[in-house]
Amino acid sequence: MWFKRSTEVTVGLFLLAGILAMLMLALRVSGLTEFTHSKGYDLTASFDNIGGLRVNAPVTLAGVKIGSVQSIHLNSESFKADVTMDINPKDNNLPADSSASILTAGLLGSNYIGLTPGFDDSVLKNGGRIEETHSALILENLIGQLLFSLKNDDEKSEEKPNATNS
Amino acid sequence: MLNNIATLGRWGIDFCQTLGRSGLFLLLALLRRPRFKQSFPLLIKELYSVGVLSTLIIMVSSLFIGMVVALQGHAILEKFGADAELGQLVALSMLRELGPVVTALLFAGRAGSALTAEIGLMKTTEQLDSMEMMGVDPLWKVISPRFWAGFISMPILATLFNAVAILGSYWVGVDWLGGDGGTFWSNMQSAVHFRADVINGLIKSLVFGFAVTWIAIYQGYDSEPTALGIGRATTRTVVYSSLAVLGLDFILTALMLGDW
Repeated sequence: MWFKRSTEVTVGLFLLAGILAMLMLALRVSGLTEFTHSKGYDLTASFDNIGGLRVNAPVTLAGVKIGSVQSIHLNSESFKADVTMDINPKDNNLPADSSASILTAGLLGSNYIGLTPGFDDSVLKNGGRIEETHSALILENLIGQLLFSLKNDDEKSEEKPNATNS
Repeated sequence: MLNNIATLGRWGIDFCQTLGRSGLFLLLALLRRPRFKQSFPLLIKELYSVGVLSTLIIMVSSLFIGMVVALQGHAILEKFGADAELGQLVALSMLRELGPVVTALLFAGRAGSALTAEIGLMKTTEQLDSMEMMGVDPLWKVISPRFWAGFISMPILATLFNAVAILGSYWVGVDWLGGDGGTFWSNMQSAVHFRADVINGLIKSLVFGFAVTWIAIYQGYDSEPTALGIGRATTRTVVYSSLAVLGLDFILTALMLGDW
């Protein structure tokens, strides 16, 4: 018991359209380029303050994304934030004295980690640790420091005329 | 007072009975001994009437929904100077919520009600009984292919909905309102996560397809064998499946935003 050829053809077209739409969602919308996510290697770094950094935030070097933040934990002994980063396996020649800083994309954008390469000949291996870190800039702290220094300037400039007068 | 409690109790027992009956019905229909050679043409025919015939309404409504979300999003994002984020807004709201939910609601209205009316009519005109008399199992011949057609069609329809809606929003946001095409796609690609957004939306649409098809076919099979009964069963199908879709959506979203 087979049905009209046109019915079968339209059902085939329907399934094909579904597959094409799925492909479009995968490639064009979610930007899926690697189908097998090859696991990279891990690096850790301890920060005094991570600001608004989140898991899956990008890790960049010279502005190019080379990995992502895998986990963030509080170290209960040093009271620092231990950040584990997953770095692409092909970028495996980072010098051992590289430094990591937490940066902000734009004025109000989200936080990401920027790596700055060092000059050491030895390279960071899987599970390696980045010793030199720079914390996130917290906007409130900056404004507080700015107000404090402005106030100091005012006091100094008030003192100066007195000094010249006397 | 006592009467009210009795009514409540009867309602509870009735509810449990309906749930048990529909569950057994689903199990019996799906656990038929598979006869692929004979089942396949039946499945093709049902895929045509459930899936292909719903495609037009799904595509047209998704085009308009995508265009409206782009217009509204552009108007609001422009106030913050963030109209470059339009692609991200449209893609995430479509993939996560609007795509699966609106497709399921339209599917319940277009395909679900048709399934209920068709099976209800077969029951009213005693076609199901005569099939059984002839030694043809109506669960295998009528019910099972419709179940599978519903389960298969719904994710495909939701995927089509998402794709067409995103293309529609591209048309409004870029071609009409003059946004930049490159930032539209690149912002979308950096925001959309394949596993967390596309696949989770697909899981949602699978669950909704399952619920809507189950409710529609059970209501048809269980309808009173009169013209009035068919009408009532069709109404119940649309009401119950819409409520089930919205309720399940909340539960699934809570699960997916949690640890998944």
